[in-house]
Amino acid sequence: MATKYELEKRKYVLGGAAILIVVVYLVRLFSLQMLSEDFKRNADSNAFLRRIQFPARGAITDRNGKLLVYNQPAYDIMVVMTEQMGVDTLDLCASLGITRDWYERRMAEIKDRSRNPGYSRYTQQLFMSQLSSEEFSRFREKLFRFPGFYVQKRSIRQYQHAHLAHVLGDVGEVGPDDIKADEYYQPGDYIGKLGVERSYERQLRGVKGSEILLRDARGRIKGRYQEGRFDQAPVPGRNLTLSIDLDLQALGERLMQGKLGSIVAIEPKTGEVLCMVSSPTYDPRMMIGRQRGRSNIVLGQDPHKPLLNRAIMGQYPPGSTFKTGQALTFLQEGIITPSTPFSCSHGFHFRGLTVGCHGHGSPLPLVPAIATSCNGYFCWGLYHMFSNRRKYPRVQDAMTTWKDYMVSMGFGYPLGIDLPGEKRGMIPNAPYYDKAYKASWNALTVISIAIGQGEVNLTPLQIANLGATIANRGYYFVPHVVKEVEGESLDTLYTRPRRTLVDKENYDIVVQGMRAAVTGGTCRGANNSWYEVCGKTGTAQNPHGQDHSVFMGFAPMNDPQIAICVYVENGHYGATFGVPIGALMMEQYLRGSLSESSELRAQQFESTHLYKPFDYVADAE
Amino acid sequence: MSPMQNNPTPHGKGLLRSIDWFTVLLYVILICLGWMSVCGATYDFEQAGNFFDFSTRSGMQIVWMGTSLVLALFLLMTDDRLIESLSYIIYLLFVVLLFVTPFLAHDIKGSLSWIKVGSFSVQPAEFAKFATALCVAKVMSTNGFSVMRRRDFLIAGAVILLPVAAILLQKETGSALVYLSFFLMLYREGMPGCVLFTGLSAIVYFVVGVRFAEQPMWTGAPVMLGPYLVLLLITLSVGGMVWMYTKRRDVAMVLLSGVGVMAIATLFSRFVIPFDVVWVQLGVSALGILYLLYHALRDRMMSYLYISLFALGAIALHYSAGFVMTDVLQPHQQTRIRVLLGLEDDPRDAGYNVIQAKIAIGSGGLRGKGFLNGTQTKLKYVPEQDTDFIFCTVGEEEGFLGCTLVLALYLALILRLIHLAERQPYTFGRVYGYCVMSIFLFHLFINVGMVLGLTPVIGIPLPFFSYGGSSLWGFTILLFIFLRIDAGRYRMQR
Repeated sequence: MATKYELEKRKYVLGGAAILIVVVYLVRLFSLQMLSEDFKRNADSNAFLRRIQFPARGAITDRNGKLLVYNQPAYDIMVVMTEQMGVDTLDLCASLGITRDWYERRMAEIKDRSRNPGYSRYTQQLFMSQLSSEEFSRFREKLFRFPGFYVQKRSIRQYQHAHLAHVLGDVGEVGPDDIKADEYYQPGDYIGKLGVERSYERQLRGVKGSEILLRDARGRIKGRYQEGRFDQAPVPGRNLTLSIDLDLQALGERLMQGKLGSIVAIEPKTGEVLCMVSSPTYDPRMMIGRQRGRSNIVLGQDPHKPLLNRAIMGQYPPGSTFKTGQALTFLQEGIITPSTPFSCSHGFHFRGLTVGCHGHGSPLPLVPAIATSCNGYFCWGLYHMFSNRRKYPRVQDAMTTWKDYMVSMGFGYPLGIDLPGEKRGMIPNAPYYDKAYKASWNALTVISIAIGQGEVNLTPLQIANLGATIANRGYYFVPHVVKEVEGESLDTLYTRPRRTLVDKENYDIVVQGMRAAVTGGTCRGANNSWYEVCGKTGTAQNPHGQDHSVFMGFAPMNDPQIAICVYVENGHYGATFGVPIGALMMEQYLRGSLSESSELRAQQFESTHLYKPFDYVADAE
Repeated sequence: MSPMQNNPTPHGKGLLRSIDWFTVLLYVILICLGWMSVCGATYDFEQAGNFFDFSTRSGMQIVWMGTSLVLALFLLMTDDRLIESLSYIIYLLFVVLLFVTPFLAHDIKGSLSWIKVGSFSVQPAEFAKFATALCVAKVMSTNGFSVMRRRDFLIAGAVILLPVAAILLQKETGSALVYLSFFLMLYREGMPGCVLFTGLSAIVYFVVGVRFAEQPMWTGAPVMLGPYLVLLLITLSVGGMVWMYTKRRDVAMVLLSGVGVMAIATLFSRFVIPFDVVWVQLGVSALGILYLLYHALRDRMMSYLYISLFALGAIALHYSAGFVMTDVLQPHQQTRIRVLLGLEDDPRDAGYNVIQAKIAIGSGGLRGKGFLNGTQTKLKYVPEQDTDFIFCTVGEEEGFLGCTLVLALYLALILRLIHLAERQPYTFGRVYGYCVMSIFLFHLFINVGMVLGLTPVIGIPLPFFSYGGSSLWGFTILLFIFLRIDAGRYRMQR
């Protein structure tokens, strides 16, 4: 039918078909390879297994290099649901020391996507965390019998000493909020929860590394992607050196046994916190690993709140320690001169208002007034300041001036210590009283703020910082508990001095008063022949019970090494607990140890309990 | 190659000058690229070993390549007239071998096509292609042979189908289907285009019918898309065939007016009263067939009869497709067809291959991940990644550019083979050449198509790329016999 020539034309049909096929395939290839990223993502999630390598968390030492916190290995048990079929559950539970109930509950939890959003049947899920080496060794022998169960090596915190729980803080598993706030974290990671573990989390944690492993179609690991070219080694966390002196801290915790309150000591010339005792305290080892949850419940239920760091979270009336700040303000404002006398006949009596005082000579100039802690003197001072209409057109203006002095001394706002949760205390201002008294108030209405009562509240840290400011004659460094971060310089917040509004000369006068208090006033118990102590007691009235015993001081007078605040709740007179405890602390720090007689006194204070002794120690391993 | 220079053909032109070096070059480039792909597909990240180590597949592939080159050299040095004269004997030997194979074979994944020779396994089906091509070329080059004569056509068909029967016995459906490619050669040799058209139409109707059998034309429609489309296509085909073969435009227009009726019925069903338009279509088809038969009787033209038979057969095929799917095809073939047609989503089973192949290729992007950097193929996500799915490795490691290069090389080879076949002075060479071209085209079409998810997953190798000695040797022999025949073309022009 077809001629030879026509048949030859059929080569074009066949060649055209070949070209058509190749063109169609190229179009298809183009759409697969060039138009969609899905396949690439699919391929990566198929083949790449990112294995996280956890860095070692930084170690923590005290100012003398004594090791406080380090790491020890722990083991997380992981499970892959698709692979764990047919495991002998009873055997598994026995090897891990768990009940069958717990096992089933845990498995259900893992599968519950509302609690475990990252759940996948094909990837490792955390089954049990932080097994100790001993617990793990029992399990390891049998691991081969439990397909689908894997072990992930982690490190957990270990504490060398039972001290300093509040400052050190602890680490715990990250919560959903942490993960939301910082995408560095993944479920199951650990994060600092309290103390420096939290405030220096970034420095301590280091940087996680990752290995990109190749996984074949059956989930077997087939080596590292590109010989590990894209792997990142973990960067270990930075070590911290605290400014805390462990021996001083230990003594402080000893002395505060059976008492509520706080001791804070600061090195005035640097702002370094030498000790920070908050009583009751607890053994930081209670917060390790799986004990943490239980410990938190026990400690949280104690009405004396052992978890509260009273040094920075307790807001107390400073009592008479506050008078030093008043003296400085009045001197600077020219309300008084060092020789201005005020009379005191067992207190401040004016227009029917009485603030009581104890027996001493009258009238008194400033230095003996500080030494004897005369209430009348400081009430008159405040009265004269707040009633000075030539200097301050309105009482509100006087109040604002006064408040500015207080704030410049570090009161009324958090100082900015490198610990989480610092409270600001309370310094009232004019609008506060305008609101409280409907703008109808005068010096007498607010007179008790002159003696550190009434609305005024300070944290023990702020009181200690007042001591440091006076020791420095007019400036302070923001107190901080971390002296050094390995390989990093300290935040300038902690290295820049802050001046108050008061001149050095006025500080010298107050220092004289504080020295007189030790040599012949309320703080005689702190006097010794080794070095010149300056101090100020406080007996803070407490509407809920016995007065609080307060001591603020520093030593030596002319080369201050330590400024301290001792606050013993319901300890009555400042001289009862505050002064002797403060004296022992200063002796320990300045002399390196206690003398024999001091040691006896320390034992005496250790066993004098205002409350049932607190005994929060970690379970034996 | 120096011995060849001393082996001039009687015509006086040196063999070296009459060999088509362009094709040889394409061959060498393709096997080298193929070797790279085998390296990529079999590379193990854990044992980044030596590619020349003979315990690895890349090392063994070098052996197959080396021996293939020796084989090619040997074939070029033989006398093409000798090969031609031995055609029947070679064919008979292989047919016997093919029929014996299932009894000697050891079972590999349900296939009985491999026999052991020493420590190697050989797949005779890979060699039977060139034997069949030789035999069919020999048959068709006998004096007076015409594809148009039924007896001759049947003889040629028998030569082709005999090995197909043997290979089906070996449960190698894929290899058997390759012999369908001989119909492309038969088309070139004069088989009416309508035969090819009918065959293709049957496949299209089947695929469309099965694919859309359960899919309504619009939501809630009583009309299923599958039968609707098939009947529409049949009407269009019939109209077109009448136009082409009888040149009676009036008759064709009457038939094509059925499309208008269908369109009106569709609109009526869509917007007035929903009903199954297929009944109207069947009615139109029946009227059309009667109209064709009327013309067949009146005009005495067999074409009308054939076209009406085509229409009847097509309708019958469509309505028996369901039966074929469930009762003729084997379950795994049914699944493959269903997955291919998108009727079944079975990512861990039959569809898994295709999905993983697409992921591997798709992840290659424009330039690919680089030699030996493909992850999907090496980590065994892609099954058969060094044999049937080797093109994935090309796609993943060499990207779109690499794939384009490979496809372009194949296209060049196929077009070159057409050119060479057409320049043969005698039927034997031309028929053989078209067989070679058709086989390569079929392999390329099916193999690359299945990797791209466009054709059914039929396990046949990609020539020169897929790992395996039998396949490489088979294709080398197939190609170089033709090159030897081509090299002798001057002498044949006496």
